[in-house]
Order: sequence, then structure tokens, then C-alpha cells
Amino acid sequence: MIVSDDLFVPMRKDNLNAEAIVRPQLTFWQEAWLRLRGNKLALMGLVVIVLLGVMATIGPLISGHEYAKQSIIMKNKPPSEANWFGTDDFGRDVFTRVWYGARISLFVGLTAALIDFFIGVLYGGIAGYLGGRIDNIMMRFVDILYGLPYLLVVILLMVVMGPGLLTIIIALSATGWIGMARTVRGQVLQMKNSEYVLAAKTMGAKPFYIIRKHLLPNTIGIIIVYVTLSVPSAIFAEAFLSFLGLGIQAPMASWGVMANDGLPTILSGHWWRLFFPAFLISLTMLAFNVLGDGLRDAFDPKSRR
Amino acid sequence: MLSFVFRRFISMIVTLWLIITLTFFLMHAVPGSPFEKEGKALNEAVAANLNAYYNLDKPLLVQYGLYLQKLVQFDLGPSIANSSDTVNKMIARGFPVSFQLGLISVVFAIVTGIALGVIAALRHNRLIDYLAMIIAVIGISVPSFVVASLLIKYLAVEWKLLPTATWGTWQHVIMPALALAFGPIAIIARLTRTNMLEVLTQEYIETARAKGLSPATIVLKHALRNAILPVVTLLGALIANVLTGSFVIEKIFAIPGMGKYFVAGINNRDYSVIMGTTVFYSALLIFLMFVVDVLYGIIDPRIKLHRKESEG
Amino acid sequence: MDKTEKLLEVSGLRVTFKTHGGEVNAVRDVNFTLNKGETLAIVGESGCGKSVTARSIMRLIPEHIGKIAGGSIHFKGQDLAKLPEKQMRELRGKEISMIFQDAMTSLNPTITIGEQIMEGIIRHQKVTRSEAKRQAIEILTLVGIANPESRLKQYLHQFSGGMRQRIMIAIALVCKPSILIADEPTTALDVTIQAQIIELFKSIQQKTGVSIIIITHDLGVVAKIADRVNVMYAGKVVETGPVRDIFYNPQHPYTKGLLASMPRLDSDRSIPLSPIPGTPPDLFSPPIGCAFAARCDYALEVCRNYQPAETHVHSKHAVSCWLQDPRAKKLLASMQPPTGT
Repeated sequence: MIVSDDLFVPMRKDNLNAEAIVRPQLTFWQEAWLRLRGNKLALMGLVVIVLLGVMATIGPLISGHEYAKQSIIMKNKPPSEANWFGTDDFGRDVFTRVWYGARISLFVGLTAALIDFFIGVLYGGIAGYLGGRIDNIMMRFVDILYGLPYLLVVILLMVVMGPGLLTIIIALSATGWIGMARTVRGQVLQMKNSEYVLAAKTMGAKPFYIIRKHLLPNTIGIIIVYVTLSVPSAIFAEAFLSFLGLGIQAPMASWGVMANDGLPTILSGHWWRLFFPAFLISLTMLAFNVLGDGLRDAFDPKSRR
Repeated sequence: MLSFVFRRFISMIVTLWLIITLTFFLMHAVPGSPFEKEGKALNEAVAANLNAYYNLDKPLLVQYGLYLQKLVQFDLGPSIANSSDTVNKMIARGFPVSFQLGLISVVFAIVTGIALGVIAALRHNRLIDYLAMIIAVIGISVPSFVVASLLIKYLAVEWKLLPTATWGTWQHVIMPALALAFGPIAIIARLTRTNMLEVLTQEYIETARAKGLSPATIVLKHALRNAILPVVTLLGALIANVLTGSFVIEKIFAIPGMGKYFVAGINNRDYSVIMGTTVFYSALLIFLMFVVDVLYGIIDPRIKLHRKESEG
Repeated sequence: MDKTEKLLEVSGLRVTFKTHGGEVNAVRDVNFTLNKGETLAIVGESGCGKSVTARSIMRLIPEHIGKIAGGSIHFKGQDLAKLPEKQMRELRGKEISMIFQDAMTSLNPTITIGEQIMEGIIRHQKVTRSEAKRQAIEILTLVGIANPESRLKQYLHQFSGGMRQRIMIAIALVCKPSILIADEPTTALDVTIQAQIIELFKSIQQKTGVSIIIITHDLGVVAKIADRVNVMYAGKVVETGPVRDIFYNPQHPYTKGLLASMPRLDSDRSIPLSPIPGTPPDLFSPPIGCAFAARCDYALEVCRNYQPAETHVHSKHAVSCWLQDPRAKKLLASMQPPTGT
């Protein structure tokens, strides 16, 4: 290699760093979003959830039917131009009813998930943050509740409180927050004992700063994932309860109720009465599950490379 | 280890007592007499007789004491809807059926779930992994009553391969067991896959590779064992899942199991049956979870160390 | 022992890793040889590619993510870089063994120690279990573990840190390999245990004649054990030579920097240790010229855009630095050296 002699002079240091190209620095959210965007399945889940939300809002309005209007002449009609998803054994429009049911199922799912979130984060956060004796007592209590078979307790509460939308949400929330509390508490405790929080404290960081800068970014991912995954489990529980006759009462419709009513159609051949609610329950659960999984991967710092 | 078993045993008893108490007071918090049905009040003398028979005329705490006393003797009390029947008799009739169905489902779920999870992990990010995970996500997303309906529609109604419902021969077991195992298979497959992928990145797997062991040996000997250990902890939840699932499945397939009595109890608002079966189910579950925890301690040689670390 | 017979020859080795940010050139054109019965140390900062180099020899680079992008690794008439995985498996643990930094995570916690030692023997020597057990006891005795027979039945968590590392060494040596690669074998240990493990390496080498490649960032370990040293920086070997030359006549400014940042018992305490300022370059887009230029006190304009060629100080001591160029030497002679070095 022939190198010109005049290059043998001390290097000018000032513009060296300017030439160095470094890996783009991404914030926590940017990186998570980048990874979520790469996950086609999770994105599809998100799109489906948005579509379901839109249809739940406008579905009952655009069908031209009322969800509770009965008609003996229109009994058990297959899907047609007038009734897009057919009619049920009371002549009610299935299309209107499934979207009406979507409102209820989504409402139950989201509300229960949000209540779980608030109670769980508060309870777990306090237990983890205070630690020691209080944490011990609080967690003993949670451990005992955790040992109870969850759906059995929900059923019991439903029997006592009687069927209805509000009681479903109360019954689901009464047990649903426990898992969240355990997760949050575990995270907080782990974080609190971590060396980087100790380091931050050593440098005089105030509790609020530590919560904002260290605790939140490290737990928020897990919390979001947990909330996303508790929506489908609440929707499932509602369908389960309605199926046992403990859920929403007629003439209101939820997917669980409609599926239960549609069960005999396996034999009678009026498949649309079972198919549409069953399909929508499955689709909703699927969408939330794949989105939750995608979020889990996106937020997991271990999967960063 | 012994102190761990002891502590776990105490917490089991406390949990059990808690749910018995909770169930008892919840059931007695229901407004109105259990003998009133949709506004039709009973003759006062008859009501008084019935109240006396079921101890409902005594103060609540006394009733509670009497209930506990009977429970200790494994007497779950009589049925309200049918005074000639008792909860103990119902369990004697229904439980063997439910147990058989449940056991088959659990075993089927564990074997299939683990196999699916391991295969998916070993073929990570390849077609078979995606297929297995699609099956798993569907398994989690599709409620068991939908699975059951589909099975009935095709296997029984369309193709007439299996009997539609009821109980008796081995053919009767297949569809309900499949429907019941479908969700748990998905859960186990996902957990196994996640653990397996995690274990495969462990350094001791690298050490095993550095020894020149074949991939099959590494997987079977070093990875699988450590990957399915956590599945054992899932057993409790799995059994609970199968148990509650059986309410729906037994209803759909008209199987004369415990679930049938429980659901009938709910529909008839037969509080002593609900209470008795709940207590029975809870006791069963809590006991099984206790067994699982102790088993885990025996299987995993690290457990003692772990406990020490997590407590420290 | 004659330490001139070539056992392993690595030439032009390049290893790349795929990441979200692009391709990382972890090892960039590395050349070196390992002779029979000698100990070669590879030193450098974290991320300089020393571990990746070692793993390439074992072909233990994570599949799908990393790959050997070029070069060859010649060992006993075969090119390990191109050997089919199945044949490679025959060599691992038998001809070439590796031990890792942290024995706690590198051994299986749920399988007995005995089983973990014996499975290698059974795999490669096709012997009975009782013969494998006899060999396992023998090797445990060799690495200095008392009561080997009863220890075989124990699990990892029943051993102390130093004992775990001895077990790792036992597992690696049990099939009498000709090369032992030790990746930071003493880093996770207490200083006293470190010394014991180093002594163990030495005595094993004397007894078995195994060649050792030791990867470390601890020059103290290098001084005690190595015959020759490769100094790596940003995926390249920047200086190589016998351990005496590296310590007493370092040529590359990076090697000098490493030595200056090492505390020594005999050094004057009033002179503070001088760390090397700055950080290694980003290997997503390696510098065109000398990778060390940005941190180098003596950097020349030529370093910016031209890679330095390898220059031999003597037959065994080579360095890749523009300062070896006669023109640079002339320039240096005409200038006062910067103070403090």
C-alpha cells in the first residue's frame, strides 16, 4: 500500500468524533413500538380490536333493526339481505344482537381489566414499596386468595348478588386484581433491591424521581401486557357465566348468552345463531391474546438485540 | 424441606377454612328464604318446620358452628331442593364420573401440550413453530363450549363417528375429554415453549454443546427436564381449569357428573348444594395444589436454595 | 517441551452478527497460531471480539444470529470453519474443550455432577458406565476435589465457587483434549481462588501437555500463565508476541495503555494509574483506518483512513500500527513525547 508522506503528521483530534457513526439511540417507547411494528400478528390483533370497537359502536345503528324487537313471522331466518346474520328463535336480528353483545362483552372486559389494574397496581405497589412487615401481611392475604379457585368464587358471588351486568363486573374484579397485585409487587420489590436503584439513591435521587425514572419504565411493560391479557380472560369469564345462566339477562344480549341460546341449533341446523357469537368471542380473545403476546415481546428488554 | 411442607400445610388449612367461612356467610347473606320460589310464599307452619330441619331458625353463628362441626365429620349436609338427597350422596354419584373425565383430560393435555411446546421450541421461528403456536393461541381463544359444539356437529351429527352425548362407553369420553383438554393443551404448550426457549439460551446448554453431545441428548437430558419443571407448578391451575370447565362440558354433553349437580344447584338456587359442592371442590383443589407444591420441592434439587434466596 | 509444533492456525477469520441495528463485525480478519503445549492468552476490553474468536474455534457461535463470514481455522488437517456440524460434534469435548466464566450458570443445576462429567466420556469413548465413573473419579482427583466418589452424586449448589470451577475444568479435560479454551476462567472468582485455579491450569498442562487458549482482560493472569499473548482491539489482533515482549517491550499504543492501567505492586504509588480515555468504536460501522486512532495519544493523520499493516519487531513479535512506519519514527524522533507517558 502506498501512503502519501504528508499524512505522517499528528492527527487533528477535533473532527474525529464527528465522523464516528453510532448506533441510533432509541427510547424505551420507540424501541418497543419498533418491535411491535415488526410483529405482523400483533398488529393484526390491534387492527381487529379497533374494528370490533367500531362495529360495537355503529353495528346496532346501521342494521335497521332493534336488538330486542321480536317477531314470530321472522323466526329463525337464515342470513339474508334484510337480516345479514339471520334471526333467532324470537325473530330478533342476529347482526344487531351480536354487535349489541359486543358492546357488553367489550365493556365487561375493559372495565374489569381497568379495575384490576387500579386495585392491583395500588395494592402491589404499596406492598412492594413499603416492604417488611406490612408487605408480609398484605401478601399472606393475597396468597390465600390466590389459592382459591377463581371461577368458583365468581360463581358464588354471582349466585349471591344475582345476575346482571354490574354484578358480573364486581364478581370478576373481586378476584381479578390478585394476579396483577402479585406481579406488580414482585417487580417493585425486585427493582427496589436492584443495584441501579441503590446507585440512584446514593446519588441523592428522590423517591419520586426513582419511581418516574426507574420503577415506571421497568414495570409499565409488564403491566400493559397484563391488562391486555386480562381483557380476554374477563370476556371469557362473562361468556362462561352467561353460559351457566348466571350472566346477562334477556332481553339484553352478550355473546355468552347468545352462544348458550344457540347451542341447540347444532341439531336444528340454524347454525348462524351459534356461529356468529361463538366466532366473535373467539376472534376477540384471539386478537387480545396475540396483541398481548406481541406487547410482551416488544417490552421485554431481554429480547432486545 | 419438612418445615416447608408444614408451613404449606398450615396455609392450606387456613385457605380452606377461609373459603368455607366465605361460602357460608355469602350463602346466608342471600336475601329471602331459600324455600320461597318466585314470590310463592310457603305455608308458615311448613316454613317453620323446614327452617327447623335445616337449622335455619338458629342464630347465624350457631348455624356456622353446627356447619363446621358437620364438616369435620365430612358431612356436607342435605339438599334443600330435594330433601331426601344429600350432598354426600351427590358426590358419591357424580364424582367418579367427573374424576374419570377430568383425569383423562389432564393426562391428555399434559402429554400433548408438552410435546407441542417442545417441538415448537426446537423449530423456533419455523413453520411448525408457527403452526403449533397458532393452535395454542386458538386453544386459548376459543371457549370450550364452542369447541364442544364443533365436535358434536362434525364428529357426531355429520359424520356419526361418536355418540352425541351422555355417558357410558369409551366412545362417550372422547369428545368431552377433547373439548376439556383443548384450552389446557394451549396453555401448557405455550409455557413449555417459552421455558424451553429460555433454557436453550442457558450457559449449561452451551457447556453441553461444548462436550460434543448430540442435539437430541442436549434437548432430552439437559433442556427438557428443566423446561417442564415449571409446568408442574401449573398443575394446580390446570386442574382448577379442567374442573370449572367441566361444569360447561358436562352440561353440553349431559354427563351425570359433579358439574351437573353443581349447575343444577345454581339453577335451583339450592344453597346447601352450592355450598357443599363449593366446599368439596375447594378442598380438592387446595389439597391438590398442596401436593403439587410438595412434589415440586422433591423434583427440583435447587428448591431449598431458591427458597433461601427468595426469602433473603 | 518443544513448543513450536503448530496445532491450530487461524487465518483471516471474520465473524458477523445480525442485530436490529444492522450487521456487527465482531471479529475482523484475525490471524494467529497455537503451538502444541503452549498457553496463548487473548486479552482486550469487553466486546473486542476475544470471546467470539474463541467460540468460533469451537463453532459455538449462536446459530441464526452469528456466522463465520470468512477465513479458516486449521486443526489437524481440517478446516474447522467449514467442517460439517456432525463432524464438529465429534471434535467438541474430545479434541477441543471449552470452559466458561461462571460455573454456576454453566453447569446444569438439576443433574448430578457425576452424570455431567460421565456423559462426555460415554459420548466420546463409548465405554461402560463403570469405566466412565472410574475416569470421572480420576479426573476429579486430578483437579483437586477430595472424596470424589461421594461428590459425584451431588448437585451444583452443594459446591463452593472454586470447586465449581474445578468441576468445569474436570469436565473439559476428561477426554484428554489437545486444546483447552478457557473463557475468562478466573473472572468470577476470589483472588485467592484465582491463584489456585491458575496453578491448577499449569500443573494440568505439565501433566497432559494440553494447549491452552485463555481469554481474559486481567493482565495479572496473563503474566502468571501465558507463553504468548494476542492483544485484541475492536475485532482485530493489534499486537502479538511472547509474554515477556508484550510486558517489557510493548509496541502498540493500546498495549501500552493496557499495561499503564494495570496496578502493580512494584509501581510508584505517587504516580496515578492512567486509564485509556474514551470507548472502543462501534462495530456496526467499523472505522476505515486504525480502530484505535480516536483514543490514541500518538495518532497520525494516516491512521484516520488507512489500516496499518502488520510489522514484525522480531520473528515472534508483531504489531499493527502506523507508528512502526519509518516515516512515523522520524516524526516522533523530531518531537517531544507527550508528558505523562
